[in-house]
Amino acid sequence: MKNIRWSIPLAIFVILVAFLWVGLGRDPREVPSPLIGKAAPSFRLAKLHGAGETLANSDLRGKVWLLNVWASWCVSCRQEHPLLIELAKSNIVPVYGLDYKDDPTAGRAWLTQNGDPYTASVVDRDGRVGIDYGVYGVPETFVIDKVGVVRYKQIGPITPEALKEKILPLVRELQQ
Amino acid sequence: MMRVSITVLLLLAAALAGAAKMDAPAQSASEAMDARLKKLETELRCLVCQNQTLADSNADLAEDLRREVRELAMSGKNDEEIKAYLVARYGDFVLYKPPMKPITWLLWVGPFALLVVGGTVWWIVLRRRSRAAEASAPASSEAQARGRKLLDEAGS
Repeated sequence: MKNIRWSIPLAIFVILVAFLWVGLGRDPREVPSPLIGKAAPSFRLAKLHGAGETLANSDLRGKVWLLNVWASWCVSCRQEHPLLIELAKSNIVPVYGLDYKDDPTAGRAWLTQNGDPYTASVVDRDGRVGIDYGVYGVPETFVIDKVGVVRYKQIGPITPEALKEKILPLVRELQQ
Repeated sequence: MMRVSITVLLLLAAALAGAAKMDAPAQSASEAMDARLKKLETELRCLVCQNQTLADSNADLAEDLRREVRELAMSGKNDEEIKAYLVARYGDFVLYKPPMKPITWLLWVGPFALLVVGGTVWWIVLRRRSRAAEASAPASSEAQARGRKLLDEAGS
């Protein structure tokens, strides 16, 4: 009887601490995307380079690709940029850019200055495609598989850990 | 000077209100739409500044989403369809009122469950205490009589 009296509050306390502890380690800004496991929203947009050319997500059927949402006004894009350049050099997976709510001239200038890791970038001037993809914090990166299904979403800059432990293993798995 | 300009403003406002009354049907339709959008926007969360509603937020994205919501509403979508559109892109998190489903049961029922547990514990403790008090201090009839007498004296 006496044991129960003490063990119940103790158990409740331990459970509470466990929940709070897990809560501390989570980033509230990372809202899980409902797009994972669903077909990537379709788009056809003008390319940033190349006059009059467009690119649609359906053009990329049959290969695994990354969609990186970036902008010249985006400060934390600078943080992940060297990683993207490195990734582009490694030729493991093509990276396509979505220049989000940006002036194309500024976007092109930014890529000239910082290096262009993208196989191609498309311009989403009014941010509508961004909304379709649930973009709310640039940079964001999507891993899209051969049949056009979103498999992973990185919110915020890609970190070396995320690239090594999540994105690249997933890409290799999907490429098989 | 200040007073004059205020008077002018008031007159202008009155004139505008009068003018608005003239084309009442069109005006009231768009007013109803504005009210509907306003209400809808207070039920949706801005994802950039997470503790603000879409109506309150000045974030760029909130502006775009308000535009999107307005266009959807103009194209004849009802509130549920507009919410579904946003949930499909941003998840349940955009809703200030989370839907009832297995994953949110604890969220909805938790507070009431805690209230019931707390109430039960409180009731048990109270009952035990009153029992213990009864058992430990049975007042003798002599003491009770004296107590009553004292109370009576104090009362008169």
